[in-house]
Parts: sequence; C-alpha cells; structure tokens
Amino acid sequence: MIDAVGNPQSLLLFGGTSDIGLAVAARFAAARPLRVILAGRPGTRLTEAADRLRKSGCTVTELPFDARQPATHDEVVAKAFADGDVDVTLVAFGVLGDQETAWTDVNAARELAEVNYVGAVTVGVCVAERLRQQGHGALVALSSVAAERPRRSNFVYGSTKAGLDSFYTGLTEALRGSGVRVTVVRPGFVRTRMTEGLSAAPLSQTAEQVATVIVDAVRTGREQVWAPAPMRWVMSVLRHLPRPVFRKLPI
Amino acid sequence: MDTLGLVERALEQRLLHGWGRTSPSSAWVVTPRGDQDVVDAIRAAGERGVLARGLGRSYGDPAQNSGGVVIDMTALDRIHDIDDEHATVTADAGVSLDTLMRVLLPHGLWLPVLPGTRQVTVGGAIGSDIHGKAHHVAGSFGNHVRSFDLATADGEIRTLTPDGPDAELFWATLGGMGLTGIVLRATLDLDRVESAYFVVDTEQIDTLDDLMARQSVDDEKYVESVSWFDAVTTGKHLGRGILTRANHATLDQLPAKRRSDPLKFDAPQLLTMPDVFPPGMLNKLTGRAFSELWYRKSPTKLGAVQNITQFLHPLDMFGEWNRVYGPRGFLQYQFVVPFGAEDAIHESVRMIAHSGHVSGLNVLKRFGAANRAPLSFPTPGWTLTCDFPVKPGLHELCDRLDDLVLSAGGRLYLAKESRTSADVLHRMYPRIDEWRKTRAAVDPAGVFRSDLSRRLAL
Repeated sequence: MIDAVGNPQSLLLFGGTSDIGLAVAARFAAARPLRVILAGRPGTRLTEAADRLRKSGCTVTELPFDARQPATHDEVVAKAFADGDVDVTLVAFGVLGDQETAWTDVNAARELAEVNYVGAVTVGVCVAERLRQQGHGALVALSSVAAERPRRSNFVYGSTKAGLDSFYTGLTEALRGSGVRVTVVRPGFVRTRMTEGLSAAPLSQTAEQVATVIVDAVRTGREQVWAPAPMRWVMSVLRHLPRPVFRKLPI
Repeated sequence: MDTLGLVERALEQRLLHGWGRTSPSSAWVVTPRGDQDVVDAIRAAGERGVLARGLGRSYGDPAQNSGGVVIDMTALDRIHDIDDEHATVTADAGVSLDTLMRVLLPHGLWLPVLPGTRQVTVGGAIGSDIHGKAHHVAGSFGNHVRSFDLATADGEIRTLTPDGPDAELFWATLGGMGLTGIVLRATLDLDRVESAYFVVDTEQIDTLDDLMARQSVDDEKYVESVSWFDAVTTGKHLGRGILTRANHATLDQLPAKRRSDPLKFDAPQLLTMPDVFPPGMLNKLTGRAFSELWYRKSPTKLGAVQNITQFLHPLDMFGEWNRVYGPRGFLQYQFVVPFGAEDAIHESVRMIAHSGHVSGLNVLKRFGAANRAPLSFPTPGWTLTCDFPVKPGLHELCDRLDDLVLSAGGRLYLAKESRTSADVLHRMYPRIDEWRKTRAAVDPAGVFRSDLSRRLAL
C-alpha cells in the first residue's frame, strides 16, 4: 500500500537496468523498506542492479522480460503480481536507436516501434488489468519531450514516444475512479547509458534528477510531469513555432 | 463479481478513502439488508477479503479494502431495545452515536464514551475501541460493551461477552480494527443524566508546563477533561493552552429558561464545507492567526453552562470539515506516552512547533486505566493529537515523532494511523502476537482484510 505521505512498499520496474528506474527505487527505499521486482533481460547487468538494491536494503526479485516479445507480457505481469500487491509500476524501458538508420532501415524502424511503443502498450494493458483488480496503485510511464513535436533529428524515436504518451494519457482517464493513478513523465535530455556519447541538450538532467521528479509525482498524485519542470514551457513555445522557424533551430 | 451471488444492485465499485482523504482505493461495496447478506458476503469472500465500513471517520485506511468487498454497515441501523431500568441499549452496528444520543437523551440516558465527533457507528466504536474526554474516569468504549454479535469467517454468528467463554475473541475484537469479524449489533451500558448540558470550567494557561500541571490536579473530579494547546507559537508561550473540564449539569444548575426542556439535544450543524479549498490553506500565517484567536477566545471562566456541541463536539457544527485541508488531504498524529514520560510530550511539541508543519487542532489529555483488549490504544499516560496537512517533509517529521514515542514506551492509535512502518507499529503493541493468535484461530484464511492490515502486516 502507498501510505498517506506517498511511500510505497513495492515497486515493479520494467526496464530493470534503467538508470532512472533504479534511481527511483533507491529514493523510495530510503523512506521505507521496499520490495522491488526488476523486470528486464537476464544477464549480468540485471544481476548487478539487483545486488546494488539489495545492498541498500531492498528485497529484490529478478524477472526475465523481453520488450520485443509482446505475446509473453501477460505471463510476465502475472508473475510480477504473484508475490503480493504492486504499489508502483514504472515503465522505463526503451531504445533510442540511430535516427538516420531508423528512418531508412526497415528493421531498425520496426525495432524502435516494437520496443518503445508496442511493448509499452502491451505491458500497460496487462498491468492496468492487474491494478484494477487490486483496486489501488500507481503506474508511471516514461515518455519524452520528443513526444511533443517531431524534430528532424529524432522523429522516429519521437513518434514512438508520442504513441506511448497518448496511450498512457488515455489510460489515466480510463482508470480514473478505479483507485489506480497513472503518471506520464516527459523528461528532456537525460545523461544516462542510453544517451552516452551524445552531446547534452540545454536543460539536460541526470537520472537522479528525473527520479526526484517521478517520486514527487507519485507522492502528490500528479498525472503529467516534466523533467525539469520548466521544460513544459519551453516545449509549449517550441510547439507553436511556425515550421520555417522551427526547422532552423539547432535542436 | 458474480461469484458473490448477491443481487446485482447491492454491489457497486466505489472509491473509498478515510477522513484524511489520503490513499484512496476502490472496492466492491455491498449494501446489506440484514444479517444474512453480511454472512453471505463473508462466505463468498474472494482472495481480497471482506471488511465492514461505518461512517468512514477513521483518518487513514482502516475502513478500506482495495479490490475486495466492503460492507456498508450504515445500512443496518435499527435500535432494538432501550432498557430504562438497567440503563442499556441494544442497537445495530451501523447506528451512529449521533442517532443513539438523540434517541437516548429523552430517557435521561447518556453514552459514557463519546469521541470528538458523534458521526461514528457503534461497530466502528468497537473496532477502534474509541475513547473520549472521559477516559480518565470512564475508560474506553469497550469498558461499556455488555455484549455483541459477531459474524465470523466461518459464516457463524456468535454472541460475545467480556467474561464469557469467548472472552478472548470479545477483547480481540475491541480495537481489532474489524479484522476478527463483523459486529452486527451490540448492547451497551449507559449513564444516567439529568440534563443534556455541561457545567464547564475553562482555564487559559500560558505555558505547557503549567497546562500539564493544572490538568494533573483534580482531574478525577470532572467527568470530561481535555486541553487544546498551541503548536504554532514558539518561544516562551510554546504549548500554551486552554484546559476545559466539565461535569453533567444537574437540573438545579441549569438556568431557569432551560429547566423546562433539560434533555433537549442542542446540536446544530451550521454549514457543510464545499470541496473547493486549494492545498496550503493552513500555513504558518493562518496557523498563527488561528492559534492566537483560539487561545484568546477562551479566557478563564468557571461554571459556565454549555450544550453538547459547544463543549463536546465543536467540529460537528461543520459538515465535511476535512475538505478545508485541500485535495492532498491530511493526517492526524495521535500517540500516548506513559506518565513519567512528560519530557516526550514537551519534546514533541517543540519538534512540531519548529518543524514548519502547521497543526491548528491540538489535543492533550490524560488517560486513565487501560482495558483488557490487546490492541486497545489507551494506556495510562498522556495522549497528544495533532492534524497535519500532507506536504513534503511530513514523512520525516512523523518518523522522528515515531522514534520519540517508541523510546518513551508509547504507541500510535490505529484509528488515526496512516503512514508508519509495520516494524514500528508492532514494537509499540507488545501484545500484538497474542491478538494475532486469537485472530488466526477465528479467521485462519484471513477473510477479513483492510488496506491498513496490508500496509502494517497486522
């Protein structure tokens, strides 16, 4: 159960090695004992992440999960809920891909769409059903500012996040009154493993900063948050720029 | 949920929360028409269990059962018998204390234990073993329960008494937060009164030390005794307060105009708060202003005649007053520490006043003897209560208060609890294993469950 001041007792992390996801786990674990289910591709990275959380006092289960296999998601989610209620579920898996390959190579494009969009939707559907039965819980999905307006420099990734964003925004409404709260998080550029080697954009964030925004959103029950918060106003301006102007911006 | 086999219209999925409006969850709500519906719902319980709910006045999550079945006991609200000769009443669990008082007063009968609101049910009063301003002389609600009928997990209905063969289950149900079964009706012992009024002595006292010292003298001469204290103003007036103590007014103590109708139930509800308050209404500024006003409005005055609402239930004048705290809700922090641990009271008031968290409605009271119920909250000592709107940093303050209470040998009140850890709570109730044994014997499968029982692993 999530208590009156917003502390959960259990966390299910899809994308079990996600830097942001693990930072969220660490923050919740600092307040109350936390049971964590790390759903991700089995391997040393997942095991190492689990060990780190155990060292900080969490009870951790590793759960094999492949975002590319949507047909298995129902079974994976069933296993995740088998040991008791799940208070917070964080959908934090995704790939960035290489933009130029992504819009020219059919397999690369499909991979991005399948992982970032199809996988997020199938996981969302399965988790939403469990949460409805459980009658409480928080479901958080990591979208992106890239979902707000397609840019030449990363529109394939942006399109997958736009799809995810729409799905979870709609799910927020569908689950209203069921005791389940959905939060869509739109981070700007985050310096993580996923963006290694890229030059940071303005207002860039660390995984820890985004985690703070997510934890705060779960505690206050906010349904849409930006990381950092001023990104909302930046994107609001960018979104309304005429195309000839927008095109010339170095973003 | 067709597994329940109840008529469709009696089942409804609803979002439920406690009085603090934090942590809402949804459940299947059953509106029973009689004992049989309650028993049917228990027998048909799914894996998320069943729970009784009354008027939802507990602050946190004890009357919620997310994903499971919640039985709306307010649908069972008959008063079966009023025995004038023996001063007892038998009523359904869903009858509110407000209704009981209105019905009993014309008989010159009075509920010996009344909490800060009349809007609680008999079942809830038993489940939380509630207390009131009379605890130092009258004990808690359970001390005045002659018997009750309990629907248990096996679908049977048992009549329990404090000293009968099932006494263990009787006492485990008192303060058992609805986790041993569902109380269907109870027979309560009553006091006799000549009037519905109180003769009140009010004392305005400008330090916490003096407030506690004054309250420790002559408390037993009054049937009701409580202090409000200021938890906002720091400095030498930290913890200044108003001590109010009272006895039932006898006929000849009433002013002439009230003698014609001495048992009149004088309890108006002035207005219902609309649900429009933004978060942050109660802040340092408004908190200070409120505390100053509250302190100044009650100068020392002895022997004033006051009605039920003025003296016992001032907040009942405002319907849905919890809305004032805004959409994020609030929590009530109530603990008791034994006599001798007065330092812990001082330290807690100091911590609260310097925390930046604002509590306007603060209560300090001396408890009398405890009863036999293993999870009953009141134990001899000082009990302190504060209300805090939920905002960042409250978790840390409450955790520090927990440490203080625990090290002073004190405990938290489950009917108010909404955020502590299972470990801390279990250490505060040394008899919890005894209670769990009784519960496991009567409900081995854990049919009766609540969000509270999940959160605190009860």
